[in-house]
Amino acid sequence: MTGYIAKIKKISKQILDEGTVDMVIGFRKGTLALMNEPCFAKTSKAVDDFVWDGNCGINLANYLTSRKEKIGIIAKGCDSRNIITHIIENKIDRDQLFIIGVPCKGMLDRHLLSAKFPDEILNVSESEDAVIIKGADYEETLPRKEVLQENCSVCIHRNPVIYDELAADLVEEQADLDRFEAVRKIEALNAEDKWQYFEDLLATCIRCYACRNACPLCYCPTCFVDESKPQWVGKGQDTTDIRTFHFLRAFHDAGRCTDCGACVRACPMGIDVRMFTKKLEKDCFESFGWEAGLSLDARPPLDTFNPDDPNDFIL
Amino acid sequence: MKVIKIDKKEWTSGIEQVKNAYRVFGPIKEENKEFSAFKELGKGVTPDLSATDTRLSPKGIIFPQSEAMFEFTTDSTSDDCNLMNVPEKDYSPRAIVGIRPYDAAAFTLVKKNFDTPEYRDNYWVDAYDACTFIGLAVSSPSILDFSTSTKSGPFDETGLDVLLCDLDDHFLAKVISEKGETFLKAAGFTNIADEKDVQKIDILKKEAEDKIQSRVFFDKIQSYSILDIYEANFWEDISFACINCGTCTYVCPTCWCFDIQDEMQGKTGQRFKNWDSCMFPLFTLHTTGHNPRGTKLQRVRQRFMHKLKYFLDKYNDGIMCVGCGRCIRFCPVNIDIRRVCDTMNSFEPAK
Ligand code: SF4
Ligand code: SF4
Ligand code: SF4
Ligand code: SF4
Repeated sequence: MTGYIAKIKKISKQILDEGTVDMVIGFRKGTLALMNEPCFAKTSKAVDDFVWDGNCGINLANYLTSRKEKIGIIAKGCDSRNIITHIIENKIDRDQLFIIGVPCKGMLDRHLLSAKFPDEILNVSESEDAVIIKGADYEETLPRKEVLQENCSVCIHRNPVIYDELAADLVEEQADLDRFEAVRKIEALNAEDKWQYFEDLLATCIRCYACRNACPLCYCPTCFVDESKPQWVGKGQDTTDIRTFHFLRAFHDAGRCTDCGACVRACPMGIDVRMFTKKLEKDCFESFGWEAGLSLDARPPLDTFNPDDPNDFIL
Repeated sequence: MKVIKIDKKEWTSGIEQVKNAYRVFGPIKEENKEFSAFKELGKGVTPDLSATDTRLSPKGIIFPQSEAMFEFTTDSTSDDCNLMNVPEKDYSPRAIVGIRPYDAAAFTLVKKNFDTPEYRDNYWVDAYDACTFIGLAVSSPSILDFSTSTKSGPFDETGLDVLLCDLDDHFLAKVISEKGETFLKAAGFTNIADEKDVQKIDILKKEAEDKIQSRVFFDKIQSYSILDIYEANFWEDISFACINCGTCTYVCPTCWCFDIQDEMQGKTGQRFKNWDSCMFPLFTLHTTGHNPRGTKLQRVRQRFMHKLKYFLDKYNDGIMCVGCGRCIRFCPVNIDIRRVCDTMNSFEPAK
């Protein structure tokens, strides 16, 4: 996957030089191991800074919202699905976009790796199947599939769903996996343990809203937690308010979440907020056979009504 | 200068003893998490001095993320109806044990804002005054630590009452203030170190400072006019990736902004002061609906201009940053204050 960059740069330069787009959105190398920084290039010279590797887990669709320019964008499977969602929700026009599709093999879990290596990771290099982690006085090679973000290990849409040009050949999709295993485990808990699970999950939340802001779906001009006329939610550290934020945000993402994992990746406290959205993803799939962002022509289940809609969840 | 030698075998019992006279705070591992946080230490809990940097700085011990400033009732039968009363506060002696020198230095920067001849933020200043700062020298600075470029450093004493240096089987405790001396006495740490030991501190200090690789320069920023640098063309590039979460400001030991909120239930309520962040659009939203910092670029520029330009100009005493590196580590999109500082410092105003 690290071999994609030459082609990504070539396409980016071409569409800039030909005037197809005004800017290309991609990543440049971060100043820390496991981190790259989303950036834009308006000239083919600026494209030289682009990188592509397993640290591009931020969802770039987030940077498209309501932009007016013609934009080239690098999109892995999940980004492409959020681009579709954006188009369906009128946040960007298909005609404004030149999508450089990137068949993805999963992004590295920065929380997991930094926890695994308490002594600063100085360098990470990747091959097809392995990741080499280097610190000041250690070096370790790990199988790539063991250090992927959890959403990536259960992803079945690694290939971009929509694109104008591909940066590489399509990859084989993962099959035979139980995508909802983690959700099922929580579902199986009794009420008390379930409550405790969510209490523990949110115990360290500082309400910085990085999870919300990293999410391409959370583009409301004023989020319900920020609304002040009237104010719906208290702004302190009251656990009820923290829960309200998370529960409601998750419901707002129902039928829209692509499980890109950007929210979890962004959280400074390493909270697995996906556990909320994943449950809703499962419900949408089981009730409506729906997966977000797979087609420009289908309306999401929550903005359509069908007399045959299942309603056994109504109490 | 007085230096006390503390045998590590006596450490736990000393900390236990000092809890009779102080509320003791220190870093401990968060339950089920891989990282530590500053917490009040109950009986039998000793601070984990081997913990690496805490994610949140200890600023919340003086400046809680959410703090009740007043209590009130709107019940007309009450004598206190519609009066704002300060709730009972505990300003008995407290101590932060194991605070990093840069985090202690950060409090002195924040003090410039909360304790001025015109204004005194009683909540902050009373808590600060009640606190004794027992620092732990940083012997292996992280790769993101650029504290020697700011007014701090791994063995810096600014804002500390005692500086502890870890020497495997014992600590050397440099007594910096009377408050520090009182604390050590209360813990029963009275064994004066000999001259040879004392010299070790300087050697360790030099070693630690030499290990720091990260540097920033802001020597030229003060010479640029505010408007020139405000209108510089690099802000779009710097701010592009930012998602305007408040992470950088929440983890920062020097960020001091807060919001005031009333919360009521029935007829009684409290007025809170909650951390706020210049990164949030709501921060500057006027009641008219106008927002003078309505765009991301404006908000990102504000954060860096405040830390690296306005503060510098206003106090002529360095930047509003102690170089702890937390905002770099926890920014989800890797916006690096060192890079921004360099960009600002090497800015060339249009002629
Ligand atoms: S990013 Fe993490 S800490 Fe911040 S609000 Fe979301 S869950 Fe809470
Ligand atoms: S909720 Fe999280 S996983 Fe779902 S689309 Fe938003 S950022 Fe991605
Ligand atoms: S600005 Fe960043 S490096 Fe400086 S004190 Fe704040 S968190 Fe630390
Ligand atoms: S932590 Fe990073 S993304 Fe979040 S507001 Fe700060 S600079 Fe922006």
